[in-house]
Amino acid sequence: MLTAENLQLRLNGKLIIDDLTLQVNDGEILGVLGENGTGKTTLAYLIMGVNNYKPTGGRVIFEGEDIADLSVSQRAKKGISLAWQEPARIEGLRVRDYLKLSGNNFGIEQIERCLLMVGMEPSQYLDRDIDNTLSGGERKRIELASILAMRPKLAILDEPDSGIDILSLPLILNGVVGLNKQGSSVVLITHNEKVMDISHRVSVLCAGKVVRTGVPAETSQWFKDNCRTCLHINVPPY
Amino acid sequence: MINSVVEKEYQGLVDAYEKVGGDRSALLNNKIASLVVHENKILSATEIEGVKLTGESQEHGIMAALLIEEDCKISRPIHLCFGILPQEGLQEIGLRVDVKRGAEVKVIAHCIFPNAVHITHKMDAVINIEDNASFNYKETHYHGEFGGIEVIPKAKVTLGEKALYENTSSLVEGCVGKLDFDFEVSSAARSVAELVVKVYGKKDDVIKIAERVNLNGDGARSLIKTRVVLRDGARAEVIGETYGNAPYARGHVDCIELINGEKAIAKAVPIVVVSNEKAKVTHEAAIGRIDRRQVETLMARGLDENEAVDVIVRGILR
Repeated sequence: MLTAENLQLRLNGKLIIDDLTLQVNDGEILGVLGENGTGKTTLAYLIMGVNNYKPTGGRVIFEGEDIADLSVSQRAKKGISLAWQEPARIEGLRVRDYLKLSGNNFGIEQIERCLLMVGMEPSQYLDRDIDNTLSGGERKRIELASILAMRPKLAILDEPDSGIDILSLPLILNGVVGLNKQGSSVVLITHNEKVMDISHRVSVLCAGKVVRTGVPAETSQWFKDNCRTCLHINVPPY
Repeated sequence: MINSVVEKEYQGLVDAYEKVGGDRSALLNNKIASLVVHENKILSATEIEGVKLTGESQEHGIMAALLIEEDCKISRPIHLCFGILPQEGLQEIGLRVDVKRGAEVKVIAHCIFPNAVHITHKMDAVINIEDNASFNYKETHYHGEFGGIEVIPKAKVTLGEKALYENTSSLVEGCVGKLDFDFEVSSAARSVAELVVKVYGKKDDVIKIAERVNLNGDGARSLIKTRVVLRDGARAEVIGETYGNAPYARGHVDCIELINGEKAIAKAVPIVVVSNEKAKVTHEAAIGRIDRRQVETLMARGLDENEAVDVIVRGILR
């Protein structure tokens, strides 16, 4: 479905993404695991085309097409979407309207179903704004609900588990599995190997490179053994 | 002949009122207090129990008085409709509001100038909200697309102890023209004042918004919240002033001005003054372009950039 091929991003002379190659298959959850500062969010931005990021080398191929020159909207219309690590707050935009526009004019029953899938009671949230009155965890769950409403072919979820309380985490992970079951391929970005169980495959990032890809249990353990204890931050020895 | 002219003006004004979201049936319901004024003519006035609503025609407008009797809780909002249908005119409204001790009332006001090419609309209000009384006032303007209008609303508001005053002024449809908004509130102990102004400036609109709250009583609280969006060559200056003069007074000034046009200019002047060591006044202001992250969030859901900006603007002015 999506291939990042020898992808490179250099910002202010610094190599952030370094000859990165990664593939996302149809129908899978691909975990992307990495410590802070390894280029996970930058990779998400490059795929979605946000933050004015454009590859300085390599290609991003989605369903056979190089999407590097497409706008964010064009990529979304082709079926890619992104849930931000710190989702934007938008004053005056109600949850019901956000999910409605995400779901291409979804009806209320479908909107409510998406909220329930991330453990949110619709009657408590539909008429709230997605603004600063929501907690970080609530806003993240609404972000995931909006992706559920959109049903993209490929969903990039940037650290949906970070800053989430222990009770909300299973709800988020259930939402991710639900998203995958309803037909979306998922790139699940995180620094927490404990949430990789729901992935089909896991790629480990270090210094803007994919340094290992494999099945979740083995790759997560490898990440734990090597990256958690790594003393040469962002200089991969592999 | 006179009646047919008045009838025509009434129908024209009420039609316009309905188009901009007014409730026509409320103006015809004798259980709802209402006042309809075209230029300097009072076209209809309905009083109900507990509400005294009087008006007197002047050369260029009217003098009106609204009185809510002591302890009266008015269940349905009072509807006010002011306007000028022709392209030119001057309308000066003098308004005296007295909300007596313990009374509660909501007012929905519409100011309608759908064909304005050269119109001046002035409002001078004196509002007195007594102890434990509550006054909620929502005013919506519609000025048409020409922008040939000058609007000068001014109010002096006095709040008694534990009084509640909520004012929302909205000027987001059509062109603003020139707006010179000037409200001042003096608050007694444990009263609450919330002033919200929302304006969408376009073309060469010139907007000046000045709001002052004097927190004079112990524990008085206030919020000045201003939301302005500017496009084309519109200009705005927002001055939000709060004075914490009493122990435990709490005030906040919150201003957001968004610019979506190369020639638009926004200015914000928050003034916060505290003269009592136990008072606290805060302010926050955000001025500038529409947040890129917000736009891209909506674009990532499939909206075009213009659609995304429109959603954000409508949200902030909602």
